[in-house]
Amino acid sequence: MTPSPAPESLLFGRLSLEAIPLHEPILLITFAAVAVGGVATLGAITYFRLWGWLWRDWLTSIDHKKIGIMYMILGVVMLLRGFADALMMRAQQAIAFAGFEGYLPPHHYDQIFTAHGVIMIFFVAMPMVTGFMNYIVPLQIGARDVAFPFLNNFSFWMTTGGAVLVMTSLFVGEFAATGWLAYPPLSGIAYSPWVGVDYYIWALQIAGVGTLLSGVNLIATIVKMRAPGMTMMRMPVFTWTALCTNVLIVASFPVLTAVLALLSLDRYLGTAFFTNDMGGSPMMYVNLIWIWGHPEVYILILPAFGIFSEVVSTYCGKRLFGYASMVYATVVITILSYLVWLHHFFTMGSGASVNSFFGITTMIISIPTGAKIFNWLFTMYRGRIRFELPMMWTVAFMLTFVIGGMTGVLLAVPPADFVLHNSLFLIAHFHNVIIGGVLFGLFAGINYWFPKAFGFKLDEFWGKISFWCWVVGFYVAFMPLYILGLMGVTRRMSKFDDPSLQIWFVIAAFGAVLIAAGIGAFLMQIFVSVLRREKLKDVTGDPWNGRTLEWATSSPPPAYNFAFTPVVHDLDAWNDMKRRGYVRPTSGFIPIHMPKNTGAGVVLSALSVICGFALIWHIWWLAIASLLALIVSAIVHTFNYDRDFHIPASEVIASERARTKLLEGRA
Amino acid sequence: MTTATIASGASAPQFYTTEEHHPENGTLLGFWLYLMSDCLIFAVLFACYGVLGRSYAAGPSGKDLFDLGLVALNTAFLLLSSITYGFAMLEMAKNRKGSTLFWLGVTGLFGAAFLCVEIYEFAHLIHEGATPQRSAFLSSFFTLVGTHGLHVTFGMIWLITLMVQVTRRGLIPENRRRLACLSMFWHFLDVIWIGVFTFVYLMGTL
Repeated sequence: MTPSPAPESLLFGRLSLEAIPLHEPILLITFAAVAVGGVATLGAITYFRLWGWLWRDWLTSIDHKKIGIMYMILGVVMLLRGFADALMMRAQQAIAFAGFEGYLPPHHYDQIFTAHGVIMIFFVAMPMVTGFMNYIVPLQIGARDVAFPFLNNFSFWMTTGGAVLVMTSLFVGEFAATGWLAYPPLSGIAYSPWVGVDYYIWALQIAGVGTLLSGVNLIATIVKMRAPGMTMMRMPVFTWTALCTNVLIVASFPVLTAVLALLSLDRYLGTAFFTNDMGGSPMMYVNLIWIWGHPEVYILILPAFGIFSEVVSTYCGKRLFGYASMVYATVVITILSYLVWLHHFFTMGSGASVNSFFGITTMIISIPTGAKIFNWLFTMYRGRIRFELPMMWTVAFMLTFVIGGMTGVLLAVPPADFVLHNSLFLIAHFHNVIIGGVLFGLFAGINYWFPKAFGFKLDEFWGKISFWCWVVGFYVAFMPLYILGLMGVTRRMSKFDDPSLQIWFVIAAFGAVLIAAGIGAFLMQIFVSVLRREKLKDVTGDPWNGRTLEWATSSPPPAYNFAFTPVVHDLDAWNDMKRRGYVRPTSGFIPIHMPKNTGAGVVLSALSVICGFALIWHIWWLAIASLLALIVSAIVHTFNYDRDFHIPASEVIASERARTKLLEGRA
Repeated sequence: MTTATIASGASAPQFYTTEEHHPENGTLLGFWLYLMSDCLIFAVLFACYGVLGRSYAAGPSGKDLFDLGLVALNTAFLLLSSITYGFAMLEMAKNRKGSTLFWLGVTGLFGAAFLCVEIYEFAHLIHEGATPQRSAFLSSFFTLVGTHGLHVTFGMIWLITLMVQVTRRGLIPENRRRLACLSMFWHFLDVIWIGVFTFVYLMGTL
């Protein structure tokens, strides 16, 4: 759709009925499906009278476990959207050959690849990684909650607010057609005059607030709230990777906030930061956004490394090989991730010396990463390996990630990068590490910790189908892209001339279909597991013979996590406790101090979304009104001093007694 | 801290506390982390100014525009406000509500004076045709200085809110913690301003 420079009205800004894409059948059908699904869900909630429960127990909850689960749900829902985009791209590229235009007009195709990238990184990978950190970290360090429980709820709703804006762009107006990092001058007002880039900016700004605050929150949690005796070098590896990831978040997301703010100043006020004229510098944007963007990929992969470490040591029944080297490797990667950003644009022309520096730092990162791979391998060596689902994902990861890592080192060589820059080889490389690393890690984590969160295991049959479809599908979908990239095919093309390329795209499309089957099987796995939950039930709270503290409490854990705060004497605290004859306390319970739920997070996020929407559509009065409302509600919230309460001892006794009964029933 | 002993074996260690375990409060650390992230935003804006600060696009330069006398006055206002905030914190430590509020009020007045001078300066520049749109230099100048001013504005809103809260509830632990956070924020803005004053104004008029 071409943007119409219609005059802006005072009441609705540039929003008019034309903004609703009635002439796009694909969008109409999607909208119909979303609307029907939405109405059905809302209807069901109303019919079963679940609104009160939903509001009290979930939406306003400041319990880190519930917030963690909500993050995961957000991630899975957005995965479906992001993957639908992927399927559309693969279908388009498989058929648009030799004069045939395919079924997607270029402008629409451009929005799809932009939305795919933005959604997969910001609204699938980030929420899921944050969800895991939220759920697991306080349990692993023996805490009752995070350091700032309200802030946690607020962060979640801000992330969701960003996702809402991205989804809105599908049906009202358009999304950015610029690629996922929206480089100027293309993303400047001269070349992207309509709302697409504005949706991009405000969605990321709102979600970015949430990400930054949850980063601050988790660092404070890990630094200040560890159980007595848990020194830094006794922290579980997942907690270590979470700490490093959150340091990266706090030290990189402000750069994204700033650079997007500057882009919006260019677009809204006509300043000259990234323009071609008036002394602006578009390459400054590219530098700044990658100063955020490179740490971002480590923000995603480090927690996945943590998950693999937990999984490997649990399913091999051994302490992790080289715990200290694992920690140091993580810290070194954290630091190095700030020194490599320029490898994303060697072709900028910064000269041989600068390119060599960044090429070498990039290659150096593979050393600590390689150390990690060896640590996992040596943990497996002579371990009693149980090939449960999480372990299968881990092995698949180790194979796949090594391939992705090697193509990465190849791209780190500046002369090679000049040939492969922006080619499908690059696309294959980063999907290789993000799918083979982050996504496999997320699936390993889901299968590993699901019984902790819900009290029953996930179904293995459908889990295995999902696993094989994903792994095989990944190779079928992306190996052809390596080949195409080496042949010189560039990214982001909506049609091709050379018919000899078509077969590779058809194979890749088939791979995407296999992955789709993998996602379907994953949903089926959850569905089947819920149906068979009695059979898959775990009453011990420790179904895998785990080693870290989250397995010391019941599944699902009570709101207060631990009736008594654990005291840690060794690495793998829970394993140590089991080994040395820990007896679960059954008396002497005391009231537990906990934070209270609040609806302020939902309100503040909703106002932010309204403000963002108004700014996107230039509805100035609404933007000002909602901004004022936002400030006033934040201030009103600070007048609420009544923020905590005590869970009475009787309640603690009741829930601990119930657990005692369950455990005895089993014995 | 008392800890339970375990039935089996004399050497078996204690695996849990039997009293409520109170972890340290993380607010000041958390706020410090937030400040560092804010500092990075300013770092980006300073870097942009560093890159674009000489891109005049045939327009006016800092030498043509800046009035150092006015900026010196402004700097004095802000530095004095930091000192008076320090007095407020000293009074808070002595648990004197009235004089804490007095010094907070003085801090607010200095902050307001700073903002008024800054608004005057901006209005004057825009009136002269040196708008943010005129050149990349002016874009980065207005954004850097304006972002600092915006922070001071939010600091003022926060200050007034806290004054109301201290008036109503007194110097309770929550309010003391909040005053300590705002104190860090206020001094942080001072530090940023010293960077702006040196890097933008002094070096700009060289």
